[in-house]
Amino acid sequence: MIDLDDTDRAFLRDLARDGTLSAGELGRRHGLSQPAAWRRVKRLEDSGILAGQRILVDRPALGFGVTVFLGIKLATKGRVSLEDFERAVTAIPEVQVVQHVLGLFDYRLRVVARDIADFERVLRRRIMTLPGVGQVEANVLLTEEPRPGPLG
Amino acid sequence: MSIQIDDTDRRILRHLLADPALPTAELAMRAGVTQATCWRRIDRLAEAGVISARQAVIDWRALGYAVEVSLRFTLDKTNPRAFDEFLAAAREVPEVIGIETFLGRVDVRLNIIARDMQHYQQLYRERILTLPHIADIEALMLIATIKDSGGLPL
Repeated sequence: MIDLDDTDRAFLRDLARDGTLSAGELGRRHGLSQPAAWRRVKRLEDSGILAGQRILVDRPALGFGVTVFLGIKLATKGRVSLEDFERAVTAIPEVQVVQHVLGLFDYRLRVVARDIADFERVLRRRIMTLPGVGQVEANVLLTEEPRPGPLG
Repeated sequence: MSIQIDDTDRRILRHLLADPALPTAELAMRAGVTQATCWRRIDRLAEAGVISARQAVIDWRALGYAVEVSLRFTLDKTNPRAFDEFLAAAREVPEVIGIETFLGRVDVRLNIIARDMQHYQQLYRERILTLPHIADIEALMLIATIKDSGGLPL
């Protein structure tokens, strides 16, 4: 793990808001030359702290008005059933996120759908038919707010 | 603001969301359009707000935050200010990396990171249990992220 100074943290804060910022622009904001800023960005990438980019879209404008989080408990446990479940669930295009968790559920899924009727179709045809699936709890996303996190 | 989105836009977006790091040349090839068209379409989608942002992803594990917990809250809704006051207080906790509100059994979810279990326990006691209007909390500890894609079935 590498040590970060205030400038590194400022770079991360800026890039987490706008990933298109160039090294030149980051340097100008924080009093560094373009090559010095570029070296810092490179170091953050090489250390794995900057792990690619994400694109945010207006999902409703693209026809996806509903996002639902599902908590899933498996009815059968064991290594084989986990692998079967994971293979099948990751192949569903409406499932954006699959997380293996510890607690009340075994998996957390983020599912997008056009509307509630479309979500019901995904739930019945795709989710409830997954191998080993047991109890399912659904919560419809109303708002989401990413936070900058502990970057000083 | 709303614009007409056609099959070409959808094709470009599908490939772009599946792999945001793709260079425009490669993206244009996969979507079956010229580079100039690809640029123009992406510009137009960004201008209309369909593409709202392009952000760097921070890997908190690489920064030394080994523990990630999804905390699910039920709030005491007899107080009309419960949501606002809870959310305002949650925003003050630096280790909270995401806040979501729901319609369902869960009212609010906080995604929280910690350096280790000891740090988590300290945050939980000092910063989480002290948040206002909590009726119930459930915790899901992240073991592994199997899939994390912004992809849409366009």
